[in-house]
Amino acid sequence: MNYKCLFFFLISTFTVSAKQIEVCNTCTVKTIKEAVKIAESGDEIFIKEGIYKEQDIIINKEISLIGEKGTIVDGENIGSVFIFKTDNFTIKSVKIINIGMSYTVEYCAIKVIKAKNFTIEDCILENVFFGILIEKSKKGIIRNNVISGNRKSEASSGNGIHIWDGDEMEIYNNELFGLRDGIYFEFVKNSKAYQNKSYENIRYGLHFMFSNNNKYHHNEFRNNGAGVAVMFSKFITMHDNTFKLNWGSASYGLLLKEIYDAEIYNNLFEENTIGLNGEGCTRINYKNNTFLRNGWAIKIAGACYANIFESNDFMHNSLDLSYNSKINDNTFENNYWSEYTGYDLDKDGIGDVPYRPVKLFSYVVNRTPEALVLLRSLFVDIINFSEKVSPVFTPDDLMDNNPIMKRIND
Amino acid sequence: MLKILKYSFYDLMRSRWSYVYFFFYLILGFVLLFLNNDVNKAVITLMNIIIVLTPLIGTIFGVMYYYNSKEFTELLLAQPINRSKIFMGQYLGISISLTLSLVLGLGIPFIAYGLFKSAAIFDFGLLLVVGSFLNFIFVALSYNIALSTENRIKGFGYAILMWLFLAVIYDGIFLISLVVFNEYPLDKFSLITTMFNPIDLSRILILLKLDISALLGYTGAVFRKFFGTNTGMLLSMSILVLWVVLPVLRMNFKLRKKDF
Repeated sequence: MNYKCLFFFLISTFTVSAKQIEVCNTCTVKTIKEAVKIAESGDEIFIKEGIYKEQDIIINKEISLIGEKGTIVDGENIGSVFIFKTDNFTIKSVKIINIGMSYTVEYCAIKVIKAKNFTIEDCILENVFFGILIEKSKKGIIRNNVISGNRKSEASSGNGIHIWDGDEMEIYNNELFGLRDGIYFEFVKNSKAYQNKSYENIRYGLHFMFSNNNKYHHNEFRNNGAGVAVMFSKFITMHDNTFKLNWGSASYGLLLKEIYDAEIYNNLFEENTIGLNGEGCTRINYKNNTFLRNGWAIKIAGACYANIFESNDFMHNSLDLSYNSKINDNTFENNYWSEYTGYDLDKDGIGDVPYRPVKLFSYVVNRTPEALVLLRSLFVDIINFSEKVSPVFTPDDLMDNNPIMKRIND
Repeated sequence: MLKILKYSFYDLMRSRWSYVYFFFYLILGFVLLFLNNDVNKAVITLMNIIIVLTPLIGTIFGVMYYYNSKEFTELLLAQPINRSKIFMGQYLGISISLTLSLVLGLGIPFIAYGLFKSAAIFDFGLLLVVGSFLNFIFVALSYNIALSTENRIKGFGYAILMWLFLAVIYDGIFLISLVVFNEYPLDKFSLITTMFNPIDLSRILILLKLDISALLGYTGAVFRKFFGTNTGMLLSMSILVLWVVLPVLRMNFKLRKKDF
């Protein structure tokens, strides 16, 4: 019996509890590269406090890298730092700084190539070119990281979290700023991004390209150069996000281009130049969103069919809706418009007169952008009024037949 | 001149219309802030009103005062006083009393609602400065019209027409020319066109401060570059000053030759 027990114990220690390798300036193992070299699959490398000036650490064993407070890996502006070419790895609590910029190679703090089941958490990546770059990978979790850069121009900067060809990724609780795109999804499917904060990036807070069946929610996108862009994708759900203060001559809260079958609900668009810009969007449901104090709340550029705008709040936008054609295939129903001047005699909370969100002035501005100089002029108010009474230029079937009298999503 | 200024000023201060004007702005300010409770937003709404209303009131007041005090002015002219002093005194009296109504009427409610603590104080200040300029400009313009027209009905008509032209028709022509000449680069053109209309100029000045500048896109870039910088601001302010000075000069010129 005793003998059997001992045997079992031996077996278990041999297989389950892998060894831990400590790395520090005074240990026997002084560099991370060395530790990776002697490690075997299943081992844990514990990187102790200190500054490690190392680049191009290639990891092709299933190990975990754990840092502690004060563990800093300095890329010295030369190249990438960690390159993972393995499944089942973890990297945690490591601070990586100074990733070199290049116009030809995507240098990054953490690169993942063809991996499955991995976790990247609690890392701080500072002054990076690309933060986390993931290629052809599956089932990764990226959480609680803070990624920042201090790049000045679009061409010389990289993305915070860039996923190229991924599946079932989960990205949450990250903070991204000072980069080109905060998060970039390229050919990614069945993935989720939530509770991230992406702000003050040069281009987009979040960028989708050719990525279907994804969800993003409860994120905050603030003060980005051009807002959030979702392009050439199908079946995307976007809800409870905040798009805020994307203010500039080419800024959007949310830019949609060639999007099919998406759901957009409970979002807040506040003080953007263009709250939502749609181009080639089909079968999208917009519900319970709030558009507050934007330049244009919604700009529909063309080829947008079968969209439904329902129960949204449009409040104090300079222009509620801009349309560039006379044909309308989209439905506006039961929205609240702060500019609505109708009445509700039967007191059922629904205005008795339909509301026309497209003003003549927004039609004119669409054709001659310079005319925007006349915004808030008395003349413009007069022509808007006359157009409202009898529409000539704006699509006459574009109206909200049942505008709500009070704010919906308070 | 100071004596006449003082006389006109006190005369207007005692008149019912000054009080009506003052209380109108006072109530407007309080109502706006009561409904909005946000100083920033109230400034935008206020801009719409100031841009349209101050020129109109200035025009009507100017014409009205000139025609009403015509007998008294003729009496004064019989005295050994310089002509231009009499009229300049009257002009300044009207302009200052109107400006006072505007500044006090709007200032009191905004200060009561904590303007000094809000970030909108500069926008509000600009609004008042622009409003005062509009007062001075339009009183001067209306005085010009009144001086050139003996018939008071005609004078009123021309004055109102002048206001209508600058507030509405000018923008209409501007818009049409923008649409018609769509194919040409229009940014310089629109910049210059706004300079020729004090109402447009003041509107743009305030709008750009209120951050609507970003909406303007490419045109906006030209405008922001121009008005956003200190030199642009200085230049547009000096154009507003020019809008006051030129009509006043013409007034004096006209006076010298006029046969009363």
